[in-house]
Amino acid sequence: MNDATIFGLCAAVLVGLGVYGLIVNPQPLRKILAFNVVGSGVFLLLGAIARRGAGAGFGGDPVPQALLITGIVVAFSATALAVALLLRLHDATGSVTLSSDAPPPPAPAADVDAA
Amino acid sequence: MRTALDLFTIVAVTGGAFFFLAGTAGLLRFPDTFTRLHALTKADNLGLGLVILGLLPRVDSLVTAGKLVVVWLLVLLSGAVASQLIARAQRRRETHP
Amino acid sequence: MIAADASVALLIVALGAWVVVARATFAAVTGFLAYGLLLTLVWVRLHGVDVALTEAAIGGGLTGALLIGAAARLRNTEAAARAERPGRLVRAVAALAALAVTAALAVCVLTLPVPAPSLAREVAANLAATEVGNPITGVLLAFRSMDTLLEAIVLLFALIGVWSVAPDGVWGGRPGPQHRLDPDGILAYIARVLPPIGIIVGMYVFWVGADHPGGKFQGATIIAAMWLLTVMAGLTDMPPISRRWLRIGLVAGPLAFIAIGLYGAVAAGAFLAYPAGFAKPLIVVIELALMPSLALVLALMLAGAPQRSDLR
Repeated sequence: MNDATIFGLCAAVLVGLGVYGLIVNPQPLRKILAFNVVGSGVFLLLGAIARRGAGAGFGGDPVPQALLITGIVVAFSATALAVALLLRLHDATGSVTLSSDAPPPPAPAADVDAA
Repeated sequence: MRTALDLFTIVAVTGGAFFFLAGTAGLLRFPDTFTRLHALTKADNLGLGLVILGLLPRVDSLVTAGKLVVVWLLVLLSGAVASQLIARAQRRRETHP
Repeated sequence: MIAADASVALLIVALGAWVVVARATFAAVTGFLAYGLLLTLVWVRLHGVDVALTEAAIGGGLTGALLIGAAARLRNTEAAARAERPGRLVRAVAALAALAVTAALAVCVLTLPVPAPSLAREVAANLAATEVGNPITGVLLAFRSMDTLLEAIVLLFALIGVWSVAPDGVWGGRPGPQHRLDPDGILAYIARVLPPIGIIVGMYVFWVGADHPGGKFQGATIIAAMWLLTVMAGLTDMPPISRRWLRIGLVAGPLAFIAIGLYGAVAAGAFLAYPAGFAKPLIVVIELALMPSLALVLALMLAGAPQRSDLR
């Protein structure tokens, strides 16, 4: 039971927690948070695998770690796009519900599109 | 000499950890925002300062020691600014409900 | 050391559970910020210092700032959202799905092949040819430079996606609200004091990434954060996104990268190959060209879609 295994198991639990949060939370911002937890769990899993590949004087396999840096940056950009969509939904309809049987939203007080 | 420096490190880092613990206890137990900020600044200044002071004998070059001190000063600066902003926002919320 | 690792892992799991089940959205977002910073510690324990720097800067700092801003803007939808919480059956099915995923991943972790396959030896053998000392920089800019190029382009696509959700009336306008300048306030004070220090730290992190942990992503994030700080204090304003210098600055980095790749196709036989002896200069040119574009794109993604018209 070395550190790679401990953090690999921790990553598995984090992905499970994120999946639960993604399904259960109705609010899109909470879903985005849960998705980020899933993403960080996946990165942690890859990091544990990189740690197991230590050798040749490095503490961890550099190739997965470099891919992880790329992954973290791309995950941030995906989160930014999701948040932009969410904020636009909020500005356009006044609520952030994703359910299809909600009552139709009231017309917004200021016409955002003609501002 | 080496054991004296190691002892100094252990004492300083333990002292820093104690102040972090005290700051967290204050954060959890104090009744309102202003007193909690007061507790947190003790953790920031004294706790981190003691930890960094304890780590100074263990670095191998003067430049690294300088970097550690700069880290402490930057954390002090950002902690002070954040406390001011939170305190002013809380005050504004209390006087204009 | 197992005790230290196990306690950090437990703390991370507890924070992850808090992020998922906390009732108030702002509490969940704050927990996520702390979670990102604790994850930095985990990365240091896993001997990935470059990844730790990136996680602290982008995963903790930028994502946290983005989510706090969103949570503040969505504050008045809390009650309506809370009324939609699902019933017991959905929760049970979700818990089962989560348990199944966790169990599958745990089995994978525990049955990983025992002589762990690794590319560390190949990287060590070929690192001398790239003339950089940091193996991560070598992988990012020499061995897998195609991934870095595509990542820069993906960032641009995400930025275009963020910009394209702007309402018609403010198309091409300024992102974010107009921040009021309080000249005697503490925010204006730190927005004057911190950016010079931050820019030096960012350039240092970028420059030292050739031989030690660091690199252009971390340095660009710090510089982007300094710009955003001056915008949030009201000292400067976000430029309208229709400005030509902004758009040229965004594409200049990836274009330089592609140009060097085409030069490598001509001079060394393959796209993004470096001619022998020219590896370090070309890598430095790529990083110098890419870093301002990266700082611009990261700051603009955090600022979001345009909200104010250009003409006002």
